[in-house]
Amino acid sequence: MDNILLEMKNITKEFPGVKALDNVSLKIHRGSVHALMGENGAGKSTLMKCLFGIYSKDSGQILLDGKEVNFKNSKEALENGVAMVHQELNQALKRNVMDNIWLGRYPTHLGFVTDEQKMYKDTLEIFESLNINVDPRIVMSKLPVSQRQMVEIAKAVSYDSKIIVFDEPTSSLTEQEVEHLFAIINKLREKGCGIIYISHKMEEILKISDYVTVMRDGTWIATEKADDLDMDKIIKLMVGRELTTRFPPKNNNIGEVILEVKDLSSTYSNLNNVSFNLHKGEILGVAGLAGAGRTELLENIFGISERKSGSIKLHGKEINPKSARQAIRSGLALVTEERRANGIFGILDILNNTTISNLEDYKVRKLFLSKRKMRKDTEWSIKAMHIKTPSHETQIRTLSGGNQQKVIFGRWLLTKPEILMLDEPTRGIDVGAKYEIYQLIVQLASNGKGIIMVSSEMPELLGVCDRIIVMSGGQIAGEVKASDTTQEEIMTLAAKYV
Amino acid sequence: MNERFNIKAPFAKYAGLSGADRKKAITEFFINNSLYIFMILAIIIIQIISPRFLSVPSIVNIISLSAANLPIALGIAGCIILTGTDLSAGRIVGLVACVSASLLQESGYANKMFPGLDTMPVYLVLLIALAIGGIVGLINGFCTAKFHLHPFIVTLSTQLVVYGILLMYLMNGNNNGQSISGLDISYSSLITGSILSIGTTAIPNFVWYSIAITAIMWFIWNKTKFGKNMFAVGSNPEAANVSGVNVTGTIIAVFTLAGIMYGVTGFIEAARIGSNSAATGLNYELDAIAACVIGGVSFVGGIGKIRGVIIGVVLLRIIFVGLTFLGIDANMQYVIKGLIILIACAIDMRKYLVRK
Repeated sequence: MDNILLEMKNITKEFPGVKALDNVSLKIHRGSVHALMGENGAGKSTLMKCLFGIYSKDSGQILLDGKEVNFKNSKEALENGVAMVHQELNQALKRNVMDNIWLGRYPTHLGFVTDEQKMYKDTLEIFESLNINVDPRIVMSKLPVSQRQMVEIAKAVSYDSKIIVFDEPTSSLTEQEVEHLFAIINKLREKGCGIIYISHKMEEILKISDYVTVMRDGTWIATEKADDLDMDKIIKLMVGRELTTRFPPKNNNIGEVILEVKDLSSTYSNLNNVSFNLHKGEILGVAGLAGAGRTELLENIFGISERKSGSIKLHGKEINPKSARQAIRSGLALVTEERRANGIFGILDILNNTTISNLEDYKVRKLFLSKRKMRKDTEWSIKAMHIKTPSHETQIRTLSGGNQQKVIFGRWLLTKPEILMLDEPTRGIDVGAKYEIYQLIVQLASNGKGIIMVSSEMPELLGVCDRIIVMSGGQIAGEVKASDTTQEEIMTLAAKYV
Repeated sequence: MNERFNIKAPFAKYAGLSGADRKKAITEFFINNSLYIFMILAIIIIQIISPRFLSVPSIVNIISLSAANLPIALGIAGCIILTGTDLSAGRIVGLVACVSASLLQESGYANKMFPGLDTMPVYLVLLIALAIGGIVGLINGFCTAKFHLHPFIVTLSTQLVVYGILLMYLMNGNNNGQSISGLDISYSSLITGSILSIGTTAIPNFVWYSIAITAIMWFIWNKTKFGKNMFAVGSNPEAANVSGVNVTGTIIAVFTLAGIMYGVTGFIEAARIGSNSAATGLNYELDAIAACVIGGVSFVGGIGKIRGVIIGVVLLRIIFVGLTFLGIDANMQYVIKGLIILIACAIDMRKYLVRK
């Protein structure tokens, strides 16, 4: 008897105008972790949606334990032992933990009165088996994201799932939490579950998975044993060409100090006495674990979180912005971390998304906006940022993550900032598009802008920045030169005040 | 698990704070409980100015007025928990009240709408009342869930439709649009009769019905699968959906249940008022929504407690009655009511703001 648990055979799915999946096959072995990789738009999530019945496949077969299945919705999939831990946690935040776990299948007396005791007991049992330490009665919104994710995993396990799909499970986890997650995954693997692990993080994939399947443009490219792969091979498979260099050459000249931040502390977060300088034409990286206060630092400088004490000097003049408007006027710009939540205006077109921070410049007779001027600047931005779009009237949400990010860069450049703050500028962006963003950053620095770049991707910080400050527990734990430091040194500093 | 009931916990926390933080904690406490503090102060002041405010008849009056408004508020609360609202509630109450009254006029009454109709069994009319409310609620829920319309739009429309039907209904038979009175004794005694009196003040029977209904609603909200699903859908419909909750069914059921509650309110209201016209029920939904919001049922969705609804209804009633006791001009009363609702919502919203 072979030990193939799930087999997806020659799945094809067509949307009007696009072949989203073209004859894709996938075999998941019992007791194994199978990584699914590919750039955004490669068809990974479409394939999963076909498995869960969110999309109906045009042709092909899905065999679970040798029997053909055709799930109509995720509930049916769940009941047959196929579960998914979503990347964007889909939870009822105002309800407690156990209500969330048993949602849709509450144990009851007489079919309608819920059995709280059983829910509590069963929840504890699952948590104990997975080594999760969370009170089943606590309201979901009071938990940090990492624990909410653990709850979501426990929920998947509670369905007695044979197949569990993890979609980018580590994007919001710290190093230790990732370790815990891997321990849970290992436990599930020992139990004989088949795990499908979708991630962009290659180090993790090489560490946890047994097999790796790479997809590109809706087609299956390769399935290999993880032991036979390394990072370069994976990248080659994913982008279909050899990326000889992941980072562009640097040609920026570092000039005099332009920004001085002194003893910055915030009222509502753990930001504590942060001081640093930024030079003209310099790319300053900010490293640290989740919760280290990196985003809070940028937001505080930008004036959108309350400052308890400290001063911010631009060209030796104190500016201390109290709102984003003041910050922009002083010459600061911030590309936010959550692009979809507070970066783009999804249903508005590129023109509006490009000009929104700079409307003052397009006024004619102090009242009317000149469409012509706006269009001119938008065209400039599309050209200068190499934005791939049919026209400036395209809704921004239809663009890829990388192109959306370029529109936002364009938006901020129009405000003619001296300091550009970037919060995770390449999150959720394809390997290929990342390179273009790096190029853009280096180019801006060589044009004399000061750049502060927060990132969780260590290689990116080392490859793009000149200098890196490492934050830990809301403080600065140290400062290193990108050219002569190592990931290990940064990690040690990042753990200093945890 | 007894932690939830540990009354000393907040004080222990307070003792651990220092200087400025203590001051902040006290301010927070006053802001978060300002409603209750305000109410206690208001009661004391009204009582000083007008000592009859806390007399037995006045208290029974406040209680029975609250009881009459409780079912409609409980119904609307469910809609608010789904991040919706219901503007049709008041008009449904009006329609149900007029239909109930017309079917239960005493025989031989001069202006009887249906002179040929014998007095119907009162419980049959109750069923009709619940059915009318339930059907309109079902339509509200169906349109909200199936057509993915905001309940504001749906109930704005049904409100007009129901009002039109009510006006046409009042033109029936001998009635010619007048108000309907002369209710049969079987009806009025069931609702406004009394089996218990405090001193000389009788407590009307509908107070007990209202209490029973509140208990049933508490059970539905807190102990049943349907109740939990309602909160889950209100909190995150997408999560509920992927977990296999029948979201459409839950929304329809919540609105239908709300409609049935309006039916109850209409049935009680007709007998309580005695003389019903097209104006019966006008703006009841606004008082009910205000009561819910004051009681912490949040438009954010997924948040609300039966206890809160009760407190909201009673507090609002104390304000209304209190303002009258103070002899404040009726026009001014609207201004005060409006401000109280606004402030209550602002305080409620504070709890959900993430401060940076």
